[in-house]
Amino acid sequence: MKEEESKLSQYLSEFWKYRDLLKLLVTKNIKLKYRRSFLGYLWSVLNPLMIMVVMTIVFSTMFNRNIENFPVYLFCGQLLFNFMSNSTHQAIFSITGNASLLKKTYVPKYIFTIAKITSGLVDLFFSLGALIIVMLVTHARFTWYALLFPFVLVQLYVFCIGLGLFLAQANVFFKDSQFIYNAVTTAWMYLTPIFYPLEMLPAWLISCIKHFNPMYFYIGQFRDLVYYGRMPGHLIILAGCGTAVAMLLIGMWSFMRSKDRFILYI
Amino acid sequence: MEDRKVMIDVDHVTIRFNLSKQKVDNLKEYLVKLMKRELMFQEFLAVKDVSFKVHQGEAWGLIGVNGSGKSTMLKAISGIMKPYKGTITVNGSVAPLIELGAGFDQEMTARENIFLNGCVLGHSEKFMKEHFEEIVDFADVRDFLDSPLKNYSSGMKARLGFSIATMVKPDILIVDEVLAVGDYKFRQKCERRMKELLDGGTTLLYVSHNIDEVRRLCTHVLWIDKGQAKMQGKMQEVTDAYMAEMKK
Repeated sequence: MKEEESKLSQYLSEFWKYRDLLKLLVTKNIKLKYRRSFLGYLWSVLNPLMIMVVMTIVFSTMFNRNIENFPVYLFCGQLLFNFMSNSTHQAIFSITGNASLLKKTYVPKYIFTIAKITSGLVDLFFSLGALIIVMLVTHARFTWYALLFPFVLVQLYVFCIGLGLFLAQANVFFKDSQFIYNAVTTAWMYLTPIFYPLEMLPAWLISCIKHFNPMYFYIGQFRDLVYYGRMPGHLIILAGCGTAVAMLLIGMWSFMRSKDRFILYI
Repeated sequence: MEDRKVMIDVDHVTIRFNLSKQKVDNLKEYLVKLMKRELMFQEFLAVKDVSFKVHQGEAWGLIGVNGSGKSTMLKAISGIMKPYKGTITVNGSVAPLIELGAGFDQEMTARENIFLNGCVLGHSEKFMKEHFEEIVDFADVRDFLDSPLKNYSSGMKARLGFSIATMVKPDILIVDEVLAVGDYKFRQKCERRMKELLDGGTTLLYVSHNIDEVRRLCTHVLWIDKGQAKMQGKMQEVTDAYMAEMKK
C-alpha cells in the first residue's frame, strides 16, 4: 500500500514538472492550426457557425415541428459531440505520431494525449462564442443555470482523457483501432440525440441510450442548463460523473500497463 | 577513485528490441505468424548482459562498430527504454543528447522551439526565459530567431539543440554522435563546453566513431561488440585494443 502511494505521488510530481510542456503543446496545436490562414482564430468561431447553419437548413425541415428553437438545440448537442469526437480522433495518434520524439528523449508519454484533448477543449471554448451568437440571434432565453456549464465540461473533459488514453495505447499495438474507431464514432453520433428529439425513437432504444450512451449524459445535462434553463436531474449528473471517473480509470490503467512496451512498437 | 559516488550503475543489463519484419508474403505465413504472435513482435537482443559502473566526474566513451548496441545502451540509461533484464540505477539529472533537437517542430519558429525543447527536457517556462539569451548567444542564431525551423540548415539546428541541452549543468550528460553535422568552429565550441562541464563535476557518456575525440575527452572507455561488452577500462588501453582490432 505504501509503495503504491509513493508511486502515485511520483507520477503526480512528474506531471507537475512537465506542466509547462503541456501548456506549450496545447498552444502549439492551436497556433499551428491557424498559422498563415487569413482569418486565423476567427475560424474557431466561424467554422461551427457555418456547419450549424448548414445542418439547421438540412434538418429543420425534418424535425422542426417538435423542437422549439432548433438551432440552439442542435448546437448544444453538436458542440459537445464534436469536441469528444475531434479530440479523441486526435488523441488516438498522440503516441504513434510522436514516435520520433519518444524514441529520442524521455518525456511522460501521456502528456501528448492530454495535450490533444486539452487543445480540443480550447477549441470548444471558442465555439461557445458561436453558441452565444446563435442564442442572441434566435432570441433564446438566458438563465442563471447556463453559468453552470463548466461543471458539465469538466465531466466530459475527464471522460475524453480516459477514452483518449485508452485509444492511444491501443493504437500502438493494434493499428486497426483507428479505423474501427471511425466506424464507432459514426454509429455513436447517430445514436446520440444531437439533431433529433430523443422521443422520436422506439422505446427500447430510448432506454438503451439513456442508460448506456455517455454522450447522452453530457449533452442532456448541458441542454438542461443552457437550452431548457433548468437543473439537470440527480441521476443524469451521477451517471455523467461516474462514467467520467470510470473511463479515466480504465484509460489510466491500460496506459500505465503498456507504456513501457510502446518503444518496441512505435 | 573508488570512494567517489556511483552515478550510473548498469547491472547485467539485457535490452530487447523489436525487429518485426514488415514483409509477409502470403496468407498462410500471416496466419502462422499471427498464431506465434510474431506478426508485430520479433525479439532481438540489442544489448546482452552488460555491466559497468560510472563514478562521478568520469567521462566514458562508448565505442564499437555500427549496430553494436551503443545507442540502445544510451537510450536505456536515459530512461527512454526499459531494460528487459537487469537493472540500471541513475543518480542525478540526465541531459540526453541522443539526437539534437528531438522534439523540434519544423513549422514553429526557433524562438518557440527553444521553449518547447526546453520543456521537453523537463525545464519550466520561467527557467527557459531566464536562460533564453544565453542559449541564443551560444547557438549564434540571433538573426533567424523568428523564422520557422524548417528553413534552418541541419548544422544550425544542431547548434540550437546543443545549446539548449547543455545550458544547465546536468549531473550526467549523454551525447550520441550528435556533433558530426556541426562545422569545425562549432565542434571546437562544443568540445570546450563539454570540457567545462566535466571540470564542473558532470559525468559524461559519449558515443563517437571519432577515436581522436574520444581520446581527447574521455577517461574511460566501454567497447561494445554485437551487444556484448568486449572490453572496458582506462581510455588508453581500450582504444589501443580497439584500433588494433579495427586495423586487422
